[in-house]
This record gives sequence, structure tokens and C-alpha cells, in this order.
Amino acid sequence: MSLIDGLARLEAVSTGRAQPRATARHRHLSQRPLVLVPLTTAGEAGAPLGALVGTERTSPRLLVVPQPRDRDLRFAFLSELAEIVLPYVDSFAGDVEAAERSETDPETSKRVKVEVELCADAPQLIVPSRAGIEFVRLLGRSMRFRRTAEQDPDAPYPAPPRVPLLGRWLTHFGERARVPGSSLLLAMTELLSRHWATGQSSLEDQHLGALLAWIEAPEGTSGAEAAFRAELARDEAGQLLCPPAGPATDPAFDNTLLAPAMERYDRARSALAAAEDGVAADVGLAALTAAEQEIHALIDSRTRPTWDAVWRGLDALCTLPVAAHDADRWTRDRWSFTGHRDRVVAGEPPQPRVDDAVTAANKLATREREQSRLEAQEALDDPLVMAGRRLAGEAFAGEVTEVVMAYSEAKSPRPRPLVTVRTDDRPHLGERTKVYRALGGKPQTAEFVAYEGEGVVVLRLTDKMGRGKEPDPGSVPEKGDRICWTLFEHEQRGGPKLPDPEETPWTHGGPPAETAERPDPVTAEDTL
Amino acid sequence: MQLAPPAGGAFDPGAEAARATEAILHDTLHGTHRGVVVDSPPGAGKSTLVVRAARELAAAGRPLMVIAQTNAQVDDLVLRLAEKDPKLPVGRLHSSDPDPYDKALDDLPNVRKSTKAGDLAGLDVVISTAAKWAHVKVDQLDAPWGHAIVDEAYQMRSDALLAVAGLFERALFVGDPGQLDPFSIVGAEQWAGLAYDPSASAVTTLLAHNPELPQHRLPVSWRLPASAAPLVSGAFYPYTPFRSGTDHGDRALRFAVASDGSAADRVIDEAAEAGWGLLELPARNTPRTDPEAVGALARVVRRLLDRGGAATSERGPGPAPLTADRIAVGTAHRDQAAAVRAALADLGVRDVTVDTANRLQGREYDVTVVLHPLSGRPDATAFHLETGRLCVLTSRHRHACIVVCRAGVDTLLDDHPSTEPVQLGVTVKFPDGWEANHAVLARLAEHRVRWSG
Repeated sequence: MSLIDGLARLEAVSTGRAQPRATARHRHLSQRPLVLVPLTTAGEAGAPLGALVGTERTSPRLLVVPQPRDRDLRFAFLSELAEIVLPYVDSFAGDVEAAERSETDPETSKRVKVEVELCADAPQLIVPSRAGIEFVRLLGRSMRFRRTAEQDPDAPYPAPPRVPLLGRWLTHFGERARVPGSSLLLAMTELLSRHWATGQSSLEDQHLGALLAWIEAPEGTSGAEAAFRAELARDEAGQLLCPPAGPATDPAFDNTLLAPAMERYDRARSALAAAEDGVAADVGLAALTAAEQEIHALIDSRTRPTWDAVWRGLDALCTLPVAAHDADRWTRDRWSFTGHRDRVVAGEPPQPRVDDAVTAANKLATREREQSRLEAQEALDDPLVMAGRRLAGEAFAGEVTEVVMAYSEAKSPRPRPLVTVRTDDRPHLGERTKVYRALGGKPQTAEFVAYEGEGVVVLRLTDKMGRGKEPDPGSVPEKGDRICWTLFEHEQRGGPKLPDPEETPWTHGGPPAETAERPDPVTAEDTL
Repeated sequence: MQLAPPAGGAFDPGAEAARATEAILHDTLHGTHRGVVVDSPPGAGKSTLVVRAARELAAAGRPLMVIAQTNAQVDDLVLRLAEKDPKLPVGRLHSSDPDPYDKALDDLPNVRKSTKAGDLAGLDVVISTAAKWAHVKVDQLDAPWGHAIVDEAYQMRSDALLAVAGLFERALFVGDPGQLDPFSIVGAEQWAGLAYDPSASAVTTLLAHNPELPQHRLPVSWRLPASAAPLVSGAFYPYTPFRSGTDHGDRALRFAVASDGSAADRVIDEAAEAGWGLLELPARNTPRTDPEAVGALARVVRRLLDRGGAATSERGPGPAPLTADRIAVGTAHRDQAAAVRAALADLGVRDVTVDTANRLQGREYDVTVVLHPLSGRPDATAFHLETGRLCVLTSRHRHACIVVCRAGVDTLLDDHPSTEPVQLGVTVKFPDGWEANHAVLARLAEHRVRWSG
């Protein structure tokens, strides 16, 4: 935790209300996000119990698996989910704009510009918590290798038609969520804790109800008390007043409400199956429907508060102005979405179980680059974030007190003006440390020359002054200008190009095998 | 942990080291494997080995590329090569940034420098960083290099090796497994357990895919004194012990000015005598840049300089003065290093190296003063427990190491057993940071001096 975050948390403790960590919204929020509040079955990895899902705040769809251990009911749930998610995703696939991408021409091996489609907007999934993102990933993995009856008539348990495709999309959302700054799949707790600091630990911040209680506390009330209530208060029946955001459910709910209801459902099903005449069947069906309705009501009661909380969280986030670099990052999300759309259309196989060596290295390089880019962009977009960097000695702001023209010692001397800055910050400047400032949206570089007394820094400008002997107008700061200099770079360089997977070197096991991985003879599902 | 005495009489460090070096060079020059891995403990002559292997390969008419991790390491290797063999044609491939290499290279007539690998074709040895080599494409070369030497291979990430491995046929990988592992700024748990986990070290990936490669190890540390080698070996290299090249009494550190009785002077005397000194401050939870600890540390450095130290060693006939450039201060975090620098400047101390463990890797000093990574902390995180960090900090010295620390770290360790999640398929790494920290603390406790303010 950085020093400024520590201070913000202390302030939250002393005031009893959440304190801002940002003055702008640093993650993209779609005009029409798809909110998904899933629940999972305790003790059964990846077995959905139900979900509240939709794009309309007032009319979510409730999906329920009355008996999660029943494969057919699970498939029915996934099939219904696919009928909601896939049309939503598809609604963004058609609206495209023309864009350019540079590709390597296979014949001349030169970089050429190619005209391609870029989707004008992209879908956005919002789940309540980080565990929800993991759950989306798990659902994706459990579905994308399934075969439908159409794909494989011999499959012993064919999946409903659109389920494997849903698996591929959820996998894509889950994988994209690992890229820093991406917004295709977001967790509300992470969104909120990025923008506000509470007086509780970051572990406690993963409870959406408690986190919101800190943020929404009205003036004069204690967010801490409200958060405590949200986390722990129970009714006389021993049930939590504010159910956890899931996907895991409260054990007290599982034991005293859900398990008996499921047992009634199971009994009603057996009774119906055993019915010997029409009258008994009618009675059985009525009992089964009643039991099913009861489970529906239970799931609704546990997902609805979370559903409302997610939308209240969106309300809170919408009070912040959009950060300047938001569009830049969202464009990369749109590229990611368009790329996967194209792979699906081209009939490519689902994402492999594990990445090969080259793909893994490329992904890691991309994420590291995006992380650095995100940190720089957030600081440049938001004075409060920049204040944190200044406090950490990674940036400094100050007034220009003197500018002295100087030149480099090259054959044709270039302008290298010396700029003196007075600052109250304490940056970690060493010999020839490079510093950067934003100049018309581009970074201008200077290097540290010396301290001229307490808080007086002399810098030498080294670029962005044009080609002539005299610097371009406006490219050199003037006396009295207030400028914020950063010790971190504003833009990230691209990394080296890695070999193609077919050319994986011997140090990394050589090229990956052409044939698909063989399943374990005992547990064939291990290749999933 | 004690080392068993070598079988068959006295241990001759020179002969042992020579035997190991011969075996390595034999495998490199005449072996049939595509790779040879050499583990080198701190100060075991790794750079000497790299220089020698490069010269022998070049002498055998086999041009080679050398991959190091930082520009400073590359420049250092070029200078060492030129010192040993001024006629050897060496190429220094460098970036197009301003001041890409050490200006001292301009004085070497047989060192050619360029930003393009093509300009350096035909030279016996071409040296650059892994980052620069990664931008060289194999189809721009006539053919891949027959040989490569990868220096500091344990600090190289697997993905960096992936980017350059196509440039050579076979390679000698040299490094110190006890130092800091490479890291990534984003989570990489997704690939944990895969043989080619891109965030793992290059050697881990190499050996996972090529377990049959010969592995050697240099058995003697020439840097660490006899007082330090058993502790460092036992705590950080439990299964691959090494010895010091010198014995007790071969080295001595004396001061012209007698102790004034202060805690700083007493810990200096203790360290000069025993090789280790622990300056213990009262237990307290502090911010990272604990002003009291930083002040105590600066005071120790000031007194080290003021008392006219002289270091006697096997290197020279007489004592050499202990000057500022022979002293280093090591910390865990950059803000701590910055605080120490400021405190030293206030005491008028200049030219003493102050840096984090990451940047002190591979460097050597007569005396080091270390701010213990866990000093004053309320918790022991994986970062602070990382064995490599403590190993780097406690293995940079030729004579003495003084550790400045708040009391109570032993209890802190007991309160925070390591709780990192177990990842399937990942080889459990030894030593465990928790265990190593306890081993070092136990030894330091024997040389404790309490800070009295």
C-alpha cells in the first residue's frame, strides 16, 4: 500500500466515511453493461446455483438450478444464460468502423497497412466481486470444450447448441480481465476500491455490501458501523441481513434454508417419477412446481440485494468524470473484442487448455506493458493519483524560476536549455535521472543536472524542441510556469518480437505438438 | 549447519576450483550437450570463468555471443576481456539511447561498438544485454552463432531467453542460484507449474526441458571471508555447500583510531574481529524509512571512515586503506536507500555506494552495512522473506558485514510462517526464506551490540 493510500485509509477511519482515491473514473463504463450476479453451490466446484442477469436495472432475469448436481438442469441453466449473453455480445459485433492495422506481408515480409474492421463498441460484463471473475473463467473453461450433438453425434452427453460458444466468450472475458486497465469484465468491488479508500482492510473491501456502506454513508453517520452491520448483522432466524455478493453463499443459508428446500424438490421429483396414475402425477407435478418456486424465491432473495448493490455502485462511479485516457484503453478492449469475434467467425478451435511457451511470454509482456501504461495514464489524468506519486518521490511539481539557454557540444549544436524548478516535493533524483513532462499530449524529456539548494532542481531539456538551432516556440518552459515532472515514462515501448510458436527454441521444449493433448485415461475431463 | 571436512586430507581451495573450471571448460568445448549449466556462489569467480571460457572458445576458432543482463555487466565483461587479452576482437552491441555504454570502452582499440549486429559480424566475441539481443533477428545474420555464454542466467527471465535462444546453437549458462529471482510486475500464477512459465528463471525453464544437461558448480568463494562462507553456504545453499578460498587469519581489518565506546564503534570492532556485527535498536514498529535506524546506520558508516580502517588480505602485501568506495550500504527498498543517502549527506559522507539488494547483485566491497529487510516491520511478507534478498545483502563483503535491525525480528518471523499458496507442478525451492532468516539471525545474535541512542 502506498503512503497516500495509507493516509486516505486513516482519514476514512477518523471520519467514518470513505475517502476518494481518485478524482476521475479510470475504468471504462459501458452505456449498456450486462450485470451478472452468479451464485455457486457449496462443495461442488463450478456448479452454478443460479444467477440474476440482465442489462436493465429494473428487470433482471432470474436463472435457477433447483438441483445443481443434476447435469441436465445445469445444462439447461447454461443454455438459458447463453440465450441472454450471446445476443448481448452479438449486438456489438455488427456495428463496425474502418480501421488500419499493420501486418507483415507473408511474401515481402514488410510491414504493410491493412484495412480492417473495428467494432464501434464492445460488450461489458460486470460481476459483484473478484471471485465472480474467477467464476466466469471457470464456467468458460467448463463449457468451451463441450461438444454439441451437431458437432459430434457420438458425444455421450451432448451440450445444448450454444453452450460451447458461451464458454469461448466467457473464457475470452476472463482472460481479458487479467490485462491491467481492461474493462470487458469488471468486478464492482475492485472498481469501487480503486476509486475510494475505506477504513477497513483490503480483504474486508471484497465484501460489496460493507464497501458500499463506507462509500454511501450520509454526512454525519458512521460508514464503519454501517459496514459492520452489512457484514455481520443477522435476523432472528440467523440469516445475514445483507447476503454476501457471492458466488459463494452463506453456510447458514445453505444449511437452514437451501438444503431443506432442495430435499423437498428431490422428494417431489421422485414422487412424480413414481406416480402410477394421472391423478398422482398431477399432485406430484404441483408439489414439484411448488418446490421449484420455493428455490426460485430463495435464490432471488439472495441475489437481489447484490444486484441492487452493483447498480448503486455504478451510480457512485458515474458521479466521477471520465478520465482522459479512458477512450484509449477502451479502444484496445474493442480490438480485443473484434479479434475474438473474428476468430469465432473464422471457425477457429476454442482457446487451448494451457498457453504454449510463446503465447504465455507474449501475454506476460503485454500485461506488464499495460500495467506500466495504466499507472502512468492514471497519474497523468488525475492530480490525486499524481499526488500519490509525488509523495512517493516518483514525480514533482514546481514553479520554473529560471531558464538559461545552452547548447549541446555536437558538431551542429542543439538546444539544451537549463530549467530551474523550485519544488516542495522530494523526488528521488540521481545523477542524470530522466524526467518527463506532458507537452501537448506528448512527453518531453529532461535530465537532472543538480540541486541548487533545498528544493531547487536544475534540469536540462533534451528533446521535442524541433529541428532548428532555436527551439520551437512553446517547447521550452518559461519563468513562472507550474509544471509537473515525472520520473516514470509516459509511454511504453513495444517489446521485442518473439519467435512464432512453430519456432519455439530447444531451451523451451521446441515447437508445441501438432496433435491435441491426450486425456488422462482415468479422468478424461482433466484436459478441459 | 556444518560442512563435512573434505575426504583425504586438507582442502586445497585453489586446486578444487581449478578442477571444477577444467571440467566446465571441457564440457563447453568438447561436450556433446547443447547446454552446460554452472552454479556459482557469491564471489566464486564467475566473471573470471566467463572471460576464460570466452577466450578459449575464441582461441579454438569458434566465435561466440555473450548475453548479460544489464549494460553495466556487459561493459564490465568487455573491460575484463580487454584486460586479459587486448588483441582479442570484441564487439559491443548497444542500444541507440544516449550514452549507451561506458566511455572507457572508447579507449580500447580492439573493441568495436555498434547498434547493429551486422556491423559486428566476424568478430570473435560479441557482447550485449539480453534486451538488446532480443531485437536481433536470426535471419539478419548469416547463420546463428555456434556458441553463446549466458551470464547471470538465474536473474534472466524465461521469456527473455525465449526471445534470444534462436540466435545460438549451444550455450554455457552461468549464474548464482542463491540471489534474487527475476520478478514480473503483474501476476503470473496462471502459468505456475508450466515448464516454460515465462516469469520463472531462464535456468529453471532450460533444465525443465533439458534435464540431461551437465550441471557444474564452483566450489570456492574467493570473496567471502572464512567467517562468512559457512553461514552463507549453510543458510542459502543448504544442498550445494561451498567453502571460502581464504582461512581465518588470512584477512584482517584494523582501525587506527580506538573505539570511543559508543555503540557504533563497538559494533565496528565486533565486526572487524568476528566478520559479523548486529547493531540492535529497541523493538518498535516503524515506517519503512525508520529515521532512528537510518541515523544509526549513517553513524556507523561515518565512524568506519573516521577511524582510519585498513584491510589486510591475500591480495596485497600490506594493508589497504578502507576508503569510501570500499564500503556499501544495502537496503530492501529504494526509499530506504534514498533516506540513507540523505542521512549520509548530512554527515558529510560521499562516495559510499547506497543501493537496494537488486542493484548490489554481483558487486563486491570490503565492508557492508545492511538495513535488515524485516527491521521494524509489523508483518513478514513474501517480498521481505525472499532468501535472495537477504543472501545478496549478506554476501557482498570481503571483510565484515554490519546489520542494523530493530529487536524482535525473531518473534516477527515466528508470528508469520510462510503462507504462500502451493502451486501444482512447481518445484519447492530451498532454502525456505523463513528458515534462512532464522539461521542468519541466530548467528548475528552472537555479535550483538545494543544501540544506546
